[in-house]
Amino acid sequence: MSDSRNFVLGVFDDEDVLLSAVRKVRGAGVKIDEVYSPFPVHGLDEELGYKRSRLPIAAFMFGILGTSLALTMQFWMLGVDWPMIIGGKDFTPLPDFIPVTFELTVLLAAFGMVGTFFVSTDLKPWKDPKMLDLRITDDKHVMAIDLGQNKSVDAQTINSVLKDSGAIEVNDKEVED
Amino acid sequence: MAKERFEFTTGLKKKLYLVAIIGFVLLLVGAIFPGGGHEAEAGDHEGTEQHDAGTSDDHGTNASDDHSGADNDGHGGMISDESGEDHGAGEADHGGGWLKRLGVNLWINNVYFVGLGIIGIFFFALQYASQAGWSAYLLRVPLAMGSWLPYAFVLMIVTFMIFGHDIFHWTHSDLYNQFLANGELNPHYDALIAGKSSYFFLPLEGGSFPLFFVLRMVVFFAVWFFLFKKIKSLALAEDELGGDSYWFKMRKFSAIFLVFFAVSSSVSAWDWIMSIDVHWFSTMFGWYVFASWWVTGLAFITLVTVLLKEAGYLSQVTSNHLHDLGKFIFAFSIFWTYVWFSQFLLIYYANIPEESVYFVERLLSDKYAPFFFINLILNFIFPLLTFMTRDAKRLNVFLKIVCIVILGGHWIDFYLMVTPGTLGENGAFGFTEIGLFMIFGVAFLFVTLTALSKSALVAKNHPMLEEAKHHHI
Repeated sequence: MSDSRNFVLGVFDDEDVLLSAVRKVRGAGVKIDEVYSPFPVHGLDEELGYKRSRLPIAAFMFGILGTSLALTMQFWMLGVDWPMIIGGKDFTPLPDFIPVTFELTVLLAAFGMVGTFFVSTDLKPWKDPKMLDLRITDDKHVMAIDLGQNKSVDAQTINSVLKDSGAIEVNDKEVED
Repeated sequence: MAKERFEFTTGLKKKLYLVAIIGFVLLLVGAIFPGGGHEAEAGDHEGTEQHDAGTSDDHGTNASDDHSGADNDGHGGMISDESGEDHGAGEADHGGGWLKRLGVNLWINNVYFVGLGIIGIFFFALQYASQAGWSAYLLRVPLAMGSWLPYAFVLMIVTFMIFGHDIFHWTHSDLYNQFLANGELNPHYDALIAGKSSYFFLPLEGGSFPLFFVLRMVVFFAVWFFLFKKIKSLALAEDELGGDSYWFKMRKFSAIFLVFFAVSSSVSAWDWIMSIDVHWFSTMFGWYVFASWWVTGLAFITLVTVLLKEAGYLSQVTSNHLHDLGKFIFAFSIFWTYVWFSQFLLIYYANIPEESVYFVERLLSDKYAPFFFINLILNFIFPLLTFMTRDAKRLNVFLKIVCIVILGGHWIDFYLMVTPGTLGENGAFGFTEIGLFMIFGVAFLFVTLTALSKSALVAKNHPMLEEAKHHHI
């Protein structure tokens, strides 16, 4: 168990260069740990070969949960626990329940999606984020390559590939795990 | 880039003719057996037949037979009959029967396909007004749909002139005078309709020629058609000459069209559909009809685009463009449901008789209740569930299925808006309806595809072609 990771960081200042660089670096057989950028870069996910996010599935599940919770709640409250006649309708008129059902569906889908996102990306208020380069919060894109994951490629090759593909600088960084 | 121009081949034309002929045959079958396809309930079927047989006979003896019950039911279901007794019992039932049903169906299809036509222009105008670039490749399809307008105008005016009395209760001239010529009280006088007479008849007297109503129809079609012609000529000039000045001009006219459309689409919804149930009104109605038209139009545009693509045209259109169209359909199916439900919920919840009669006629009727739910299933639940995933919106198969279902589903929506207020419990769904829809559909496709084949299928010098090319989601 090593308690530190060694990174090679390629710094880019243009997202188009970054995209082609990702293609080249992966083409050279180097595994990219992560790319940090100050704004979403269109098409980066595909270039990095990420699988499609399963967040929509979570959203759907939470939505269904909201629908069933809302309907159960209303049917139980107005049909079982405390039946009331409102506006001369039945005890449990479905059309009356639709607005609440709709709202709870949307609410739970949204909350559930945000929560799922936080959990899956391990975001939490007390998390101490490892900042590989402060400039990723401003105007630079950083491609992080973990040397530990690229044992078969030597650091020199990685350096030259990064330089060749348009990195404005290449840095080494050691991060405590 | 093999096929730049759509070729309206004779093979395709033959197929369309065949569909039209089948539609015509179905219509004839519908005329001979007015009971129609699936409708097997004997009561009404026999009722209409006996009417036909008894036209020369005196009606009284027949009416005491088995079908008198059905007749009474029919009256109970119609709001308008409080004052228009003779309308139901007299000439309409006698001569009416299938012809009246034909007139009503003509009207449904008129309204439905006019909607498709103007939504074509609306879609086009919307892309320009919002400076959208993604759709640059597929704009010629909606533009071609606008060519239906002049035909629609003629059809609509003619239908109104011939069948106006069958469709619109307010056209009856005896509703507007409180007293008859001899000074007695007019039994047909309807204070509510008389109060609305200026909306139809201005500046003429209530009960005469509906000048204001017809004038609105003429003006709407004239302005729509003028702007359509203007935009189309600009689009074709851009093909020849290029430059972005045409784009700016088209944007200007698009914006004018959108402003005019915002008002005219609502007013035409009131005029052409809501005034059928003339005692009733809904403030949501303009939006409701617009939403229905808009989804139908989007489904048609998407369907034609997918079919063209499969036929080897529009090679530049990728699944990304189709994905956006799919999102449009998905979103506006939900929008339609939202508007539909907003109208329904308030009326249902307040339960004011003069308002809820509209849904009593539909939901509490054995005849229309199935359509009421089919309408919701086809136009809401089905697109909601099938189009929810990303893949479904990108695959031709799903797009085609959903578009066809929506095109049919919203026809049923219009059927439900028009039929209960005109035919009441005598309404039916059978060969007549299907046949006429097929004939209209073929006519519309014919006009659209002819227009489509007259110019390049993709704008040549649209300034945003490059953006559309790189469109990626």
